[in-house]
Amino acid sequence: MTDLGFPQSQGRNWGHVALRCLLFLLLGLFALFYLMPLFVMVTTSLKSLEEIRTGSLVAFPRDVTFEAWRTAWSGACTGIQCEGLRPYFWNSVILAIPAVLISTLIGALNGYVISQWKFRGANLIFSLMLFGCFIPFQVVLLPMARMLGLMGLAGTIPGLIFVHVIYGIGFTTLFFRNYYVTIPAELVKAAKVDGAGFFRIFWSIFLPLSLPIIVVTVIWQFTQIWNDFLFGVSFSQAGTQPVTVALNNIVNSTTGVKEYNVDMAAAIIAALPTLFVYVVAGNYFIRGLTAGSVKG
Amino acid sequence: MAPILDIQNLVKNYGAVEILKNINVAIEPGDFLVLVGPSGCGKSTLLNCIAGLEPISGGTIAIGGRDMTHVSPKDRDIAMVFQSYALYPTMSVAKNITFGMKVRGVDAETQAQKLAEVAKQLQIEALLDRRPGQLSGGQRQRVAMGRALVRDPKLFLFDEPLSNLDAKLRVEMRSEIKKLHQNLGATMVYVTHDQIEAMTLATKIVVLKGGVVQQIGTPAEIYNRPANLFVADFMGSPAMNLIPVKARKNGAGMKIEIARQGAEPLVLHDTRVAELPEDVILGLRPEDIAEAGYRAGENVQTADCLIDMVEPAGADTYVVSHLGGKQVTARLHAETVAAPGQMLGLAFDLGKVSYFAPQTGERLN
Repeated sequence: MTDLGFPQSQGRNWGHVALRCLLFLLLGLFALFYLMPLFVMVTTSLKSLEEIRTGSLVAFPRDVTFEAWRTAWSGACTGIQCEGLRPYFWNSVILAIPAVLISTLIGALNGYVISQWKFRGANLIFSLMLFGCFIPFQVVLLPMARMLGLMGLAGTIPGLIFVHVIYGIGFTTLFFRNYYVTIPAELVKAAKVDGAGFFRIFWSIFLPLSLPIIVVTVIWQFTQIWNDFLFGVSFSQAGTQPVTVALNNIVNSTTGVKEYNVDMAAAIIAALPTLFVYVVAGNYFIRGLTAGSVKG
Repeated sequence: MAPILDIQNLVKNYGAVEILKNINVAIEPGDFLVLVGPSGCGKSTLLNCIAGLEPISGGTIAIGGRDMTHVSPKDRDIAMVFQSYALYPTMSVAKNITFGMKVRGVDAETQAQKLAEVAKQLQIEALLDRRPGQLSGGQRQRVAMGRALVRDPKLFLFDEPLSNLDAKLRVEMRSEIKKLHQNLGATMVYVTHDQIEAMTLATKIVVLKGGVVQQIGTPAEIYNRPANLFVADFMGSPAMNLIPVKARKNGAGMKIEIARQGAEPLVLHDTRVAELPEDVILGLRPEDIAEAGYRAGENVQTADCLIDMVEPAGADTYVVSHLGGKQVTARLHAETVAAPGQMLGLAFDLGKVSYFAPQTGERLN
């Protein structure tokens, strides 16, 4: 151990380099394997039906055509209507944005109260909310349908927003509570002595501190709500269906020749927004963390 | 003058646990009141009660002659500095200081003027645009003080404001707080577990233990005439020597016998007390035991003692001897020739002595 000679360490260096190469090779293979389906989806969506029938699955398209994308967006048939994904895509947008914002705001307020304005039973309520995170969707379908019926929201987009907000509060509360619980209680005391009230402290001191956790919550909630199928299919009717349901209908209700290229284009369109949110906000998230000036 | 802070019969419970028991304190304008005690004695809780951040279970609190028992913190005309400073992390130093005024709707011109005054006073003008995260501990401390000063309140409350600083900075900030108190003539209530901070800053000290007031008095009273064994032991460093002794009637005064291992008991004569029970605890501060010949006076009595240990501390030399079954520390001058294992003549200044009852711990003289 004490007299490690030069040649020996040289040998170790070579071993080290070889190991590195192997590692990168393996990681590269895994990445290729993982990206394969996406590759097939993108190339297939750019081919014509003719080419799909005659060519290989993994081949590059000979003639790139965006016809399938156009059809998927505005012409594909879901059952009897042939309007493509477009109306349903907007349904999803006007459903997901308010649902994400409302559930994030309520979660922030809940977390603020549970961590900084402790009251008798605060921990019990928090535990119950946590429990809510682990209730399977299927269990609440029937009671929720009844609820929405009673509220007159059955089959409407506000109804779906309501469902997603309720279901999201457990998670958003958990995120914000765990973030706020690390903030010293003296901060609230100092603000109280300064004369600030409940909402003033929340608005002026806690929300500005919360950027990283807001981004995490928004990514999480948006992904959940945009990708949701079960609630979407259960609590919507013709005209209010979200994009996931419409995608299913396009893929499953074609007659005659299966238009793989349209299916693939539709699937990519339906997945783009979550990808977009992740790329934009995820980048912001990392910047927020590395700025490092958040903590006092 | 009417007391600026008047606490009467204050009780604080958490469920069935009594945190503060029947506290009565009053201070005059310009006083510097220090609440001192070991951790868990309720001193911070008492401060939070004064601030209105904790509801109290009984009694009353009056500030500036007004009953504030059920008034919210913002209306008590107080400002508070916290142990962790509690600066608002996303606001600049300037915004931190003006936040309170902004909340209270003070106009922008007054805000700017007051901010400039306070920043000048605390020498933080260069820091006003920075965030708390970009400041050092001492700078944050100043900003926290600025946030309190800008209110110009009836009462300043400090909750262990120096305990997060390193030793050197702590001494610096301590004298700055003292200077601030003198210049402003403000009334302050200050919580600390550090008895030196308490002694140096206070005009009045409250010693707390287990939610009960042990003694209230000026630093000199607390130091020279501690009310019980706890106060005697807690205040002062090194701590007061507390030696179990036998007291016997001897003419008009008392004869005090201190047992010694393997030697005749050490006998002192105290002519200043007339009556003591047989078993008492004698309290004498290390500086009241000097080298023979260095202390004169009618109450000084000399005896030869065996030295166990010598601890040079620069300015002083502490020598430890074994008396009455206890280690007894004497604070001698730096050039003393004492050596362990040798006899040394020590002068006991009985004019400064305290006697305590061993069972109750109460002061007897």
